[in-house]
Amino acid sequence: MVRYVANKFFYMLVSLFILISATFFLMKAIPGDPFTSEKKVPAAIQERLYEQYGLDKPVYQQYFKYLGDVVQGDFGISMKMINQDVSKIISQTFSASLKLGLVAIVVAVVVGVLLGMLASLYHRKLIDNAAMVLAVLGIAVPSFVVASLLQYVFASKLHWLPTMGFKGPLYYVLPVAALTAQPIAFIARLTRSSMLEVLHADYIKTAKAKGLGWMAILSRHVIRNGIMPVITYMGPMTANIVTGSVVIEQIFGIGGIGKQFVQAISGRDYPIIMGITIFYGILLMLARFITDIAYVFVDPRIKLTKGKEG
Amino acid sequence: MKKNKSLLLLLTLVLAVGTLLAACGSNGGNGATNSDAANGGNNTATDSGNSGEEKLAADQTLRINLSAEPPTFDPGQAQDSQANTVLNLMYDGLTRMDESGQSVPAAAESWDIDGAKYTFHLRKDAVWSNGDPVTANDFVFAWERVLNPKTTPAPPYSYQLYYIKNAEEYNKEKVTDFSQVGVKAVDDHTLEVELVAPTPYFLGLTSFYTLFPVHQSVKDDAKWAVDQSKMIVNGEFTLTSWIKGQTIELTKNENYWDKDNIKLSKINMSLVNSSATELASYQNGELDRAGHPNGEIPTDQIPILKDQLKDELQIKGIASTYYYEFNVTAKPFDNAKIRKAFSMAIDRQAIVDNVTLGGQVSAFGFVPPGIKGLEDEFRTENKDDYFTENVEEAKKLLEEGMKEAGYTTLPEITLIYNSSEAHKKIALAVADMWKKNLGVDVQTENQEWAVFLGNRQSGNYQVARAGWTADYNDPMTFMDMWVTDGGNNDAFFSNAEYDKLIQEAKGEEDLAKRQENFKKAEQILIGDEQVLMPIYYYTNVSATKPYLKGVQLDFSGAVDYSRAYLTEQ
Amino acid sequence: MDTNPMKVMPSPADLRPEDFRKIGTDEKEAEVIQRESISAWRDAWQRLRENKLAMTALVILILVVLAAWIAPWLVGKIYGYNYYSNDLLNTNKGPSAAHWFGTDDLGRDMFIRTWMGARISLIVGLAAACIDLLIGVIYGGIMGYFGGRVDEIMNKFSEILYSIPYLLVTILLLVVLEPSLGTIILALTITGWINMSWIVRGEIMQLKNREFVLASRSMGAGSGRLLFRHLLPNAVGPIIVTVTLSVPNAIFSEAFLSFLGLGVQAPIASLGSMINDALTGWLYYPWRMLFPAILISLIMLAFNVFGDGLRDALDPKLKK
Repeated sequence: MVRYVANKFFYMLVSLFILISATFFLMKAIPGDPFTSEKKVPAAIQERLYEQYGLDKPVYQQYFKYLGDVVQGDFGISMKMINQDVSKIISQTFSASLKLGLVAIVVAVVVGVLLGMLASLYHRKLIDNAAMVLAVLGIAVPSFVVASLLQYVFASKLHWLPTMGFKGPLYYVLPVAALTAQPIAFIARLTRSSMLEVLHADYIKTAKAKGLGWMAILSRHVIRNGIMPVITYMGPMTANIVTGSVVIEQIFGIGGIGKQFVQAISGRDYPIIMGITIFYGILLMLARFITDIAYVFVDPRIKLTKGKEG
Repeated sequence: MKKNKSLLLLLTLVLAVGTLLAACGSNGGNGATNSDAANGGNNTATDSGNSGEEKLAADQTLRINLSAEPPTFDPGQAQDSQANTVLNLMYDGLTRMDESGQSVPAAAESWDIDGAKYTFHLRKDAVWSNGDPVTANDFVFAWERVLNPKTTPAPPYSYQLYYIKNAEEYNKEKVTDFSQVGVKAVDDHTLEVELVAPTPYFLGLTSFYTLFPVHQSVKDDAKWAVDQSKMIVNGEFTLTSWIKGQTIELTKNENYWDKDNIKLSKINMSLVNSSATELASYQNGELDRAGHPNGEIPTDQIPILKDQLKDELQIKGIASTYYYEFNVTAKPFDNAKIRKAFSMAIDRQAIVDNVTLGGQVSAFGFVPPGIKGLEDEFRTENKDDYFTENVEEAKKLLEEGMKEAGYTTLPEITLIYNSSEAHKKIALAVADMWKKNLGVDVQTENQEWAVFLGNRQSGNYQVARAGWTADYNDPMTFMDMWVTDGGNNDAFFSNAEYDKLIQEAKGEEDLAKRQENFKKAEQILIGDEQVLMPIYYYTNVSATKPYLKGVQLDFSGAVDYSRAYLTEQ
Repeated sequence: MDTNPMKVMPSPADLRPEDFRKIGTDEKEAEVIQRESISAWRDAWQRLRENKLAMTALVILILVVLAAWIAPWLVGKIYGYNYYSNDLLNTNKGPSAAHWFGTDDLGRDMFIRTWMGARISLIVGLAAACIDLLIGVIYGGIMGYFGGRVDEIMNKFSEILYSIPYLLVTILLLVVLEPSLGTIILALTITGWINMSWIVRGEIMQLKNREFVLASRSMGAGSGRLLFRHLLPNAVGPIIVTVTLSVPNAIFSEAFLSFLGLGVQAPIASLGSMINDALTGWLYYPWRMLFPAILISLIMLAFNVFGDGLRDALDPKLKK
């Protein structure tokens, strides 16, 4: 186990290095720079800015300097938001996305799995159909439409909830609802489909024949196997939700990391782009790592194999 | 088996009901929307007309929205309109701009102007938020900081100080001794400024944020403007809370010299960049004002809001021009007749009435209304009658132009614009008019902002969308950009006569003659050469709650909330 | 009397050939299959045909596709409209006999635009989903099947690709390549297939240690046969669910690109970009959002229902 983890960790470092390099050169290949503006500043000042931020040097030199800084844990300062630390910007904006995201993930998994399980247990019955209609709606309606509708109904018309902002528990309700509509639908469908498979499997019949109680079958066999695909999906979903939805953050006025990232890209704020990319990368890799470990615990048939054939 | 299934069903139900109850709870209790209504977020619109006697509301908290977070609170580093709004509330320049565009005393009590020499007499009761007196040295310190070539990062707007003698030279390291620059603290309360040449609009510039004073404690501390505890200001409000990406909170500065005339106790700014959300929260009573210049009212909704909001909706012309510029070095727009034909073949009124919908004014010149002339506005004194719209004439010109240039068919033409709903609509409308009126197929292409700017500034385009806002209240801010090799001359226009007229105007002391030069230059730019195709003069569209009074908008559309107040309704 | 039959049975030693006679058919005849043999795909098609809901969805999809290609042309012929010409005197008009779906903010006919939008959305969605499916299944299959180092490296590669900011890639692509539908599809698929490959990988990892794989392997089946005949068909359920979701995903991603100003170039529109355009004023001009939204939902619904039907039909484990 220790070797397994160490091995994974080494791979993560290598991946991170490749990610940093690829993003850096990709980013530099895009036209424009942080000081492009409609009212051009005089050439002399522009050059001074390039010099001060090291943009006058060849790209490879900038790259090595950046790598050196990152290894020392220095992510630099923003080129747009003057003198603001990248790490501070990330931690501040991420805290909003994280809070919202964690609530959304819990809601999505609990509601999604329950819906999917109900649907499979009542296969082809009213509950199944109702759940699937809900799921399809969640997938069929774009999130910006869902968000706008929710905002209109619950904030503008009913005045139950605030239109925008992120100041207390009430401010979570609408964004979470809009954020989870699609994952709930996805999870419900995945759960239903794999639960159906499991319910028809021979070992369930065997278990039934053995006289095992229904609750025992469910908890010991069906759920465990039935939520396998959900776990696969959990990795990317967690990363996606936690890294912030630009659309949701924009519509509900939440200063999250997603909004910050889009802003950085359109402003060519290189240190922020790199900082958030690295941050995203680490998050995503951790999520995958945890997913892999989770597999082992949920499905004993998967062995932790290293090299050779599994 | 069945029993257990129902158990699961029950669990789901309980969860669902629980969520619902939680949502309902907000309705009965102290919901955020309800408590926010405390200072008058009531939705019933009251008529603002009959304001006989005004009673101040008990809670003087103003709630507004900024569609983008200001990148900095350092006046020397700022360069955008959001920062402008906030910095105007936190700092006091030498002068302030009043509603009519006149400079009125602020940190300076009075001033004497003698040609190119200005003497400002600072008021003696002005202090910083920490109690230190505001002195002439603070101004010298701040201006030196902006011009100092070693300041990091280099202040982008340092050129706003180039009117001062030797300022440009100091900034470009041609003069190393700051004492040679034309700014000097004679004593604690007298500031002497010497300009390169008499500049009629310099006084107005002293209310611009780049020229604001800065407390000398920021010396050697590059990050002072990031940390609210280190921010010492001399304006009406201090920064008391700043949650990145979420909110900015300003609180009244009790040390401000004119604090008796400041009625707002707090200003809460949200940072939402969706115009639809901003308007929804305004209508929901969560904001006291929405729209320009810090946000935007969605174009689609303006006609309906005119009926719904009535007097709350304000439309005010501002000194900015929306236009399409031709790359005069690219085919086929290297031919003046073809440029003219394209400009004459569109129906500006139809665009203004049906596409932009914000009460904009069709433009036939480049200098917008609102810019000062001799006695009145420049535009009133000099009509923009450089050309007229005429489809028949346009067709004839196009034919002539094509003959001159030797085309049997026009080369492929692409109109580029930066991604935005509003620009897209205008581009499509204009292209459609060109097709219908001239029979020319023009491709429209939206580009991401930085890519677009890169293409336009490097001349990699044929015709491109553009807009220009006044930096100061004088025609010069619109005219000097078109001189040969001018930094913002993206049309790559070059005309010796034009250059001469502008050069003369820069040193001209006779204002009437100066004005004449501008008129002639505009005739060349628009009438003769049609380097650009004006479309409309901008307006500010905003919505203000009837109980919010005293919000000032200046000629350029900038907003000043410092003397605003909320009345009882 | 002794009626026990056992007693009459002669002992084997006593048996003579004459004691035997033929019953029923010839051995050789018995080998001949009487019912026509049914391949897995025909079998699936038969079961799909019995699923009324899925067939309805299929019919709807076919109708939508036909309408998306025919309706704009037909209405254009009759009324003389097209999707790009403006009519500034008739902006934002509600549905009428002249304009069945009303007009938009430039006075363009919404009926034609909606179907044109459906056409673009379908092209984007289907093309992206097909590419995702192709790359994702092969890549994920190989990852899951071989496991070990191959899996490790391929998985890392997809992870890195997945973590490269999608927007950077998109902007770069749109700048470097001509802004066209093809570029947008390319931008959508450059990372779109990864999710599919992960789903497939997970499934294969789970399946490959099962008994039937072991059985097949011990009977000498090669990797290719194992993967394509045994493992993938058994993973078809999750694959189809993912595909039916990757169509709407692609369509929505395109809408998101429009949201950021990187979508299809106006005056061409997709359903997503039309909804996006209508969003700020939808309270007052509901038809501008309603028709594209209904159509997009209908397409999604049909894809999902049909996908479910397909899953049920294809999945060998659900055979009665």
